[in-house]
Amino acid sequence: MDSSMEMIAAVSIFTAGLTIAIGSIGPAIGESWALARALGAIAQQPDEANTITRTLFVGLAMVESTAIYCFVISIILIFANPFWNYAVAGG
Amino acid sequence: MVDISPDSVIFLKWGSITLNATIVYTWFVMGFLVFIAWLVTRRLSIEPPISRTQNLIETIVDYMRSQIRDITDDDPDIYLPFSGTLFLFIAVSNLLSIVPGFYPPTGSLYTTAGLAICVFFAVHIYGISKMGYISYFRRYMQPTVFMLPFNIIGELSRTLALAVRLFGNIMSGTMIVAMLLSITPFFVPVVMQVLGILIGLIQAYIFAILATVYIASATRVHQIKPQELIG
Repeated sequence: MDSSMEMIAAVSIFTAGLTIAIGSIGPAIGESWALARALGAIAQQPDEANTITRTLFVGLAMVESTAIYCFVISIILIFANPFWNYAVAGG
Repeated sequence: MVDISPDSVIFLKWGSITLNATIVYTWFVMGFLVFIAWLVTRRLSIEPPISRTQNLIETIVDYMRSQIRDITDDDPDIYLPFSGTLFLFIAVSNLLSIVPGFYPPTGSLYTTAGLAICVFFAVHIYGISKMGYISYFRRYMQPTVFMLPFNIIGELSRTLALAVRLFGNIMSGTMIVAMLLSITPFFVPVVMQVLGILIGLIQAYIFAILATVYIASATRVHQIKPQELIG
């Protein structure tokens, strides 16, 4: 394995770990804040618990999109890395 | 994609057709659902006593109908076949993951991508059947024509997010259990599988609810109901 392939592998793995680590901080904090607000709303209006829960789930799905994008990039870097495939193919 | 992804476990191969574990387990879940349905609807009864399985299935269907009615403000039976099947298929395939030797087909990106594409087309089909072509596609230019690319990109990205969310949750659950089996067998994998069941059910609910919300937002027509005119 010559040094350019080593570098591709090392940088890809490092970036994959970094992407998912940093990329999941924001959505996690945002989702827990939304959850706390939803719990407060349910405590104030227990009758509306169903609507609030459903809206919470839909909102969480929206907020989680960014984390999903970071996850996709990580998975691509590890399993479907075009630069690695090119280097392995003898480019 | 990974070693334990069901796509790489091949059962049969003749010619250019391969039967991998994803397809076989999908057929298994389909057969299981049809079998349960046939078993329960053989002897339906209206007055009590009704069998326990019929009671269970009635509870589930009734709950789904009430959720759909809440979201769409419309007759739930139009949307029930689609959203209900999504929920049942994903929930059963996630629940069956505790059966040894079974790998949930929703843990393969191809299955979840297929389901997300079904939702994508279902939104258009329901919308067009309700509102007609012109007013449906005019929706994309609300509130102004410059929003057209953003609306389109938003639609595509939420379809992608649907697929990857379900895939990521289920695949990571099974992968954690598989890895823990080689590190700390006996007790810890069981705890992780319990978490996996919980997450599987929640993800099934989220997938079905999001599909219904997308369809509802596409078919929402500002009709003035007669009651509002009178009151």
